[in-house]
Amino acid sequence: MKIKINGKEEAFSKEDTLQNLIEGMGLLPARIVIEYNREIVLRDRWPQIVLKEGDTVEIVSFVGGG
Amino acid sequence: MQDIFEIGGEKIGSRLFVGTGKFSGNDVMKAALAASGCEVATVALRRVDFTAGSGNILDAVPRGCTVMVNTSGARNADEAVRIARLAKASGAGNWIKIEVIADSRHLLPDNLETLRAAETLVREGFTVFPYMSPDLSIARRMAECGVAAVMPLGSPIGTNRGVRTRELVEIMISELEIPVVVDAGLGRPSDACLCMEIGCAAVLVNTAIAIAGDPVGIAEAFGAAVRAGRKAYLSGIPATTVSASASSPLIGFLDEGEGSNR
Repeated sequence: MKIKINGKEEAFSKEDTLQNLIEGMGLLPARIVIEYNREIVLRDRWPQIVLKEGDTVEIVSFVGGG
Repeated sequence: MQDIFEIGGEKIGSRLFVGTGKFSGNDVMKAALAASGCEVATVALRRVDFTAGSGNILDAVPRGCTVMVNTSGARNADEAVRIARLAKASGAGNWIKIEVIADSRHLLPDNLETLRAAETLVREGFTVFPYMSPDLSIARRMAECGVAAVMPLGSPIGTNRGVRTRELVEIMISELEIPVVVDAGLGRPSDACLCMEIGCAAVLVNTAIAIAGDPVGIAEAFGAAVRAGRKAYLSGIPATTVSASASSPLIGFLDEGEGSNR
């Protein structure tokens, strides 16, 4: 199963939830915002979203800027 | 006289807004923001860099600072709106600096796309601060659609060249009812002071502080310059004249009546 994460295609051997993806990456949920297939999904929905082939996930956070 | 600064529905204690980009580290940034006395700080939103550490810029913004998220990276109104919605979802508040740039060389804003984004974001309840080229007609439309302030550039982003747009900014100040905040290009405290002297409501500074030899020292200087300029503006700066006008009395000279021809 291939999923595009932040513009880069990643391969996964089995289905999993968005919640597990984030945890597996070691990201702190409080620090990030996620767009799942171009739609913003808040943290409480992450455990219910099961990733599937062709999904697009954007994970963003704050950086310094003027 | 008490000078209360209300913007975006909030009372803000400093007319210096500071950007958080380009600092050499979060510790120096935190110290510089504190030294500046700013109560509004800008941040940007980017894809998470999985190779970098988990440090978060928001942790380095002093407590009590209102965070203004910019839409940098947006090349059109739709992208700016998308970034603004992500910022809101993050819980960082709803102060948005719209920054739509389609010109990568000069980094000048696209005023029409910025206006389009402003219309949408005001409708969605954001407190909107459009970064723009200083154009009175577009600024009027921005004001009509309900933005909190307009933010014309002093000179291109990061150039430290000061208020090259002064004439146009002054026209905006005199014609608009909403606050005018000069953003971009201010390179030294005297530039910020000048902005305040001509009646800007506030200024936003980033590069000049972040890349200075001593960011903390210059941040403090910027804070003082903004306060000085504002105080001067409120005090009524005298008009300039062509002819000289002596500051000391022109009577009672020591040698008067002793035959000299003055």
